[in-house]
Amino acid sequence: MSVRQKNASHQRKSTGTPTLPKAPTGIRGLDEITLGGFPRGRPTLICGSAGAGKTLLAMEFLVCGAIEYNEPGVFMAFEETAAELSQNVRSLGFDLDELARKKKLQVDYVRIERSEIDETGDYDLEGLFIRLGSAIASIGAKRVVLDTIENLFAGLQNQGILRAELRRLFRWLKDKGVSAVITAERGEGALTRHGLEEYVSDCVILLDHRVTDQVSTRRLRIVKYRGTAHGTNEYPFLIDEGGFSVLPVTSLRLDHPVSKERISSGVPRLDTMLGGDGFYRGSTILVSGTAGTGKTSLAAHFVDAACRRGERCLYFSFEESQAQLVRNMTSIGLNLEEWVKKKRLQFHSSRATFYGLEMHLSVIHKMIAEFRPHGVVLDPVGSLIQAGAARDTHTMLIRLIDFLKQKGITAFLTNLTSGGDALEKTNVEISSIVDTWLFMRDIELDGERNRALYVLKSRGMAHSNQLREFLLSRRGIELLDVYVGPEGVLTGSSRVSQEAREKANALERQQDTVRRERERRRKREVLEARIAALRKEFEVEEEEAESDRTQDLLRDKMINETREAIARSRKANSGDGRVPKKHEGAK
Amino acid sequence: MKKAGTARQPQPLSLQEIAKRKAPGADEVWELRLYVAGQTPRSVAAFANLKKICEEHLAGRYNIEVVDLLKHPQLAAGDQILAIPTLVRKLPQPLRKIVGDLRDTERALVGLQLRPTMQDK
Repeated sequence: MSVRQKNASHQRKSTGTPTLPKAPTGIRGLDEITLGGFPRGRPTLICGSAGAGKTLLAMEFLVCGAIEYNEPGVFMAFEETAAELSQNVRSLGFDLDELARKKKLQVDYVRIERSEIDETGDYDLEGLFIRLGSAIASIGAKRVVLDTIENLFAGLQNQGILRAELRRLFRWLKDKGVSAVITAERGEGALTRHGLEEYVSDCVILLDHRVTDQVSTRRLRIVKYRGTAHGTNEYPFLIDEGGFSVLPVTSLRLDHPVSKERISSGVPRLDTMLGGDGFYRGSTILVSGTAGTGKTSLAAHFVDAACRRGERCLYFSFEESQAQLVRNMTSIGLNLEEWVKKKRLQFHSSRATFYGLEMHLSVIHKMIAEFRPHGVVLDPVGSLIQAGAARDTHTMLIRLIDFLKQKGITAFLTNLTSGGDALEKTNVEISSIVDTWLFMRDIELDGERNRALYVLKSRGMAHSNQLREFLLSRRGIELLDVYVGPEGVLTGSSRVSQEAREKANALERQQDTVRRERERRRKREVLEARIAALRKEFEVEEEEAESDRTQDLLRDKMINETREAIARSRKANSGDGRVPKKHEGAK
Repeated sequence: MKKAGTARQPQPLSLQEIAKRKAPGADEVWELRLYVAGQTPRSVAAFANLKKICEEHLAGRYNIEVVDLLKHPQLAAGDQILAIPTLVRKLPQPLRKIVGDLRDTERALVGLQLRPTMQDK
């Protein structure tokens, strides 16, 4: 019952402002396509072939009404006894006996035994009215189910009376103001075998159980719904242990919230290639490539990184089992088992052909609703093609991506491209709706095969245009620069040998430089030594010149002194020696 | 008015009962119950027709109980009553139901097994 309550808020939110008073069914998805539920106070006809799920849909309408919307209900069963019904729905978590005790639900079994009834003359179905009326009154029912009222046609002969009475019954139900659900068998070329759609014309819902290419799909369609808008498509639905759920999968809207948050791809160098920070949260990532290029490994890294951040991830694997995936990923150093144990990672492995496309979608929706993951991996989406026609797969993926975006869940899709095709052709042609597209390819050269990865597109980020070589090692994925040079694009061992060659060249060049440097140093030393010697020489010369000059001065002085001494001795002049000098000069 | 029991399941008949059935004119008392909803002309007609048949064929060894579902709606489930009026033959077994106002006496007699059907002849 917890699933039910959890959905309640979700349902109410989608109810919006109905044009017509409506009784919410509480069934996942159905309230969305009916824009709020079945018409309140009016009868709704549910038709479908045997085993289409009519009784279950009707029962859920009552049980949800009783539990979630406090609207007690009466189930008038013409086919199964109360005990049988109670047993049938117990597996879905509905306890009819408990609800009956709480006076929220009453099951009234009407048995019609053709063999013990004879008819003579006029009659009406007042007995049925009284029974229903008293059941409604006893619990204050707001909802009524008549399942399958057409059984009356088998029990009573007078069709004229029966039809008139049914018309009166539906009128009467309307007057009572109860939201009624009437189930009916699908007829040949008509909606119902006995033309009940003539009487119940407010809302008619058709359930279909179809097998195409050995794959069965349940679908629901609102044939008509007076006085309100409604979804007109065929919607797949699911009956499982959680009950009935309809997928309004075509609610294609482009108003999903976007996140600016970036999340790592789990491969640091890939993050760098994606503008430095990795993917946008809530974006859709497609990894396509030929077989064995490492798409799953990349997906595993994405999952590992998300779990490491404490987020939850759902991994839908259509080719490998969980055990196999976990084992294989340990070989590249990823311990996914740990995340499974911590309940951050959940695998869902199923063959794509196990059931129909819509069923896959249903399962994915349901699991997402239950696990509420931050990231979802579909590996590989291409194999879903086997479950349906290519066009179906395309629309389904659009729906799915749309749904994931609406929820802000990052989607990681892998896709196998067949070799030899146009390089960038993805066979599901979903490339236009993904945000980031990584392409992985083989490069075959010199007798070996190497993996390369590049970012084909990535919306909203300055992503790298470079081809990176992609290596799977025990430490995980490594991205290396490929060698791009005059020799062409080299990967693998040719890259290694090229690199070695380049390294040798570099070493040689380096040694050369060192040698030249040493020579230059020596030359400088020589030059400096020479400069020093010259300077020394010059200094010597200068010293000599200086001493010459002093000697000259001394000599001059001595001459003067001598001359003065002579003059003095001659007494030619008194005092100043200059005069006689001038004199002498004048002479 | 007697309280209606739960739906009576047809029991396998003993030899004795089969013998009785072949001769319904014996000493057995017929328990008949007529379900109606209020005093509608149809109900009144049904009761009158029933009375007439009983007086003609079962004089002195029948009981008619009239159940008005408007007064006792909970009794409708017991005998699985849908149509009104419905006559239920509680005894002799097996249980028979005749729906309608019993206007067609011949058919009513066949329904009550007071007159052999074509097969019996």
